[in-house]
Amino acid sequence: MDIKDIIKEENLVYKRTNVLTENIMHYCPGCGHGTVHRIIAEVIEEMGIQEETIGVAPVGCAVLAYNYFNVDMQQAAHGRAPAVATGIKRVFPEKFVFSYQGDGDLAAIGTAETIHACNRGENITMIFINNGIYGMTGGQMAPTTLEGMKSSTSPYGRDVEMMGYPLKMTELIANLPGTYYVTRQSVHTPGNVRKTKKAIRMAFENQKLKKGVSFVEVVSNCNSGWKMNPVQANKWMVDNMFPFYPLGDIKVPQDK
Amino acid sequence: MERELKLMKGNEAIAEAAIRAGADSYFGYPITPQSEIMEYLMAQKPHERTGMVVLQAESETASINMVYGAAACGKKSMTSSSSPGVSLMQEGLSYIAGAELPCLVVNVQRGGPGLGTIQPSQADYFQTVKGGGHGDYKLITLAPSSVQEMADFVKIAFDLAFKYRNPAMILSDGAIGQMMEKVYLDPQVPRMKEEELPSWGTQGKKKGQDHKIITSLELESEKQEKVNLRIQAKYRQLEEEEVRFEAISCDDAEYIFVAYGTSARICQKAVDMARERGYKVGLFRPITLYPYPFKQLNKLADQVKGMLSVEMSAGQMVEDVRLAVNGKVKVEHFGRLGGIIHSPDEVFNALLNKIIGG
Ligand SMILES: Cc1ncc(C[n+]2csc(CCOP(=O)(O)OP(=O)(O)O)c2C)c(N)n1
Ligand code: SF4
Repeated sequence: MDIKDIIKEENLVYKRTNVLTENIMHYCPGCGHGTVHRIIAEVIEEMGIQEETIGVAPVGCAVLAYNYFNVDMQQAAHGRAPAVATGIKRVFPEKFVFSYQGDGDLAAIGTAETIHACNRGENITMIFINNGIYGMTGGQMAPTTLEGMKSSTSPYGRDVEMMGYPLKMTELIANLPGTYYVTRQSVHTPGNVRKTKKAIRMAFENQKLKKGVSFVEVVSNCNSGWKMNPVQANKWMVDNMFPFYPLGDIKVPQDK
Repeated sequence: MERELKLMKGNEAIAEAAIRAGADSYFGYPITPQSEIMEYLMAQKPHERTGMVVLQAESETASINMVYGAAACGKKSMTSSSSPGVSLMQEGLSYIAGAELPCLVVNVQRGGPGLGTIQPSQADYFQTVKGGGHGDYKLITLAPSSVQEMADFVKIAFDLAFKYRNPAMILSDGAIGQMMEKVYLDPQVPRMKEEELPSWGTQGKKKGQDHKIITSLELESEKQEKVNLRIQAKYRQLEEEEVRFEAISCDDAEYIFVAYGTSARICQKAVDMARERGYKVGLFRPITLYPYPFKQLNKLADQVKGMLSVEMSAGQMVEDVRLAVNGKVKVEHFGRLGGIIHSPDEVFNALLNKIIGG
């Protein structure tokens, strides 16, 4: 049988959603960013809200997210995505607005913007990719870097007495009355991808209710920054990241 | 339609004019001497009057980035602050200029450096017209010298910001922000309807059209240079077409003061004093600090014997006066610091000592 006999419309089992552009992603092979992009795009397509969605890209590896999401996009300064998303949502309260940020962006330089957007109860969806490191700038220590974890600025491992403790931003903002739905997921197995998709779907659906921030953390790998191959990185994540950043819902709507 | 006459503080005039100009959003953080702007807006419930959004942010960093988000949707967006807060906005302003977005920022200046003083000052000239944030960009800068101009410049600033897709600043100071004067207010302009919003904004991807991207990033140097050249071309056009100034008693003047804002008001008194004593003195008042009236000042230098640049600073605008004059005549600076407003006497004496007698 020739390959042409197989590549046929009736044999199609999976197709790139139109909410992703055809641009080739620049992410390292095995990185979680691309998978999360796809999930968000599929959710937008399934909800039929491509024309009503405005996204905000961070500074970090996902800075070029605006080239991949086929929706109107803005690029924010480092850490400021929640403030930018606030500005959008306040002038367009009926549109779907999401921010997409890494851990340096959301939990270090943008801590104030994150906490206050959450505390004001902005009706937005916040996606938080926690890979425990600064991927884009070459693997420096992040606020989320685990105790003892090596990075280019903690080459002997994170010494908490000198460098402080890893920050659980998601637990922190879950305490705020302005957050409506807070969950932590991952995308390293097909099962987890399905769970994350469900969570992101809920996080977008919630915007219709106008009850505050829906916040989805995705614990992800950074095989380049961690200096591992993708398989090792995923195993390292399961063994080391998940015990400190346990997966699952942290705050679920009481009225659901 | 008739303009409405009111007695108002400069800060209140800005706020009322913003509502009437059809502004869509204001994001701000309190700081003296300009907190009345947000207080007035909140009290007015602009959401009920016109649908304008007013939100108190957690910092000036946040407010300028909220402005970015709203402005990138094509909405008329603004913020206001005073010197220390405007310092915090420099990153955001650079991004707004880089992403070619229109917005209005009001700086009601106070004395610095650091926390400085809450009293009026004009020491943010360099920050405003020479950069402030990183990269090659300019802020369209209007300098009001009366409560009337505080009101009038809101619409002018928004119009210029949208025409050039560049941030505009009203550079005022604590004296004009706080003082009360008569002001004629324009009638209400309706806010833009969704179909009237500029098409470059992110309003949701339209069927059959490409998605909109608002960014200041371009990783390829050749492309980034093109972006820069496009932005610079706008600045050249601004410099040709948008210069504003006022020349008072300059026609026969042998000496002139160059001053903007509060200092221009003081200098006007000093011009009267000088004329009473037989000196032919005039006042040249730049209204746009960027684009600066370089050509007009250069022409005046052919006529006068000397110029005194008067600012409540250690001498910032004087550098541009010297650039304009290019050595043709003597140019000196006079100004009190630390929040002190120089008196007409002091200014007149400085003219006598530094320029006429000197
Ligand atoms: C004001 C400012 N400071 C520093 C940087 C440099 N910088 C770019 S990305 C980044 C860290 C990004 O890390 P993270 O948010 O964890 O995202 P990741 O790249 O890991 O996805 C830093 C520090 C910058 N662009 N702007
Ligand atoms: S550096 Fe890390 S976070 Fe960035 S694309 Fe590569 S693997 Fe992903």
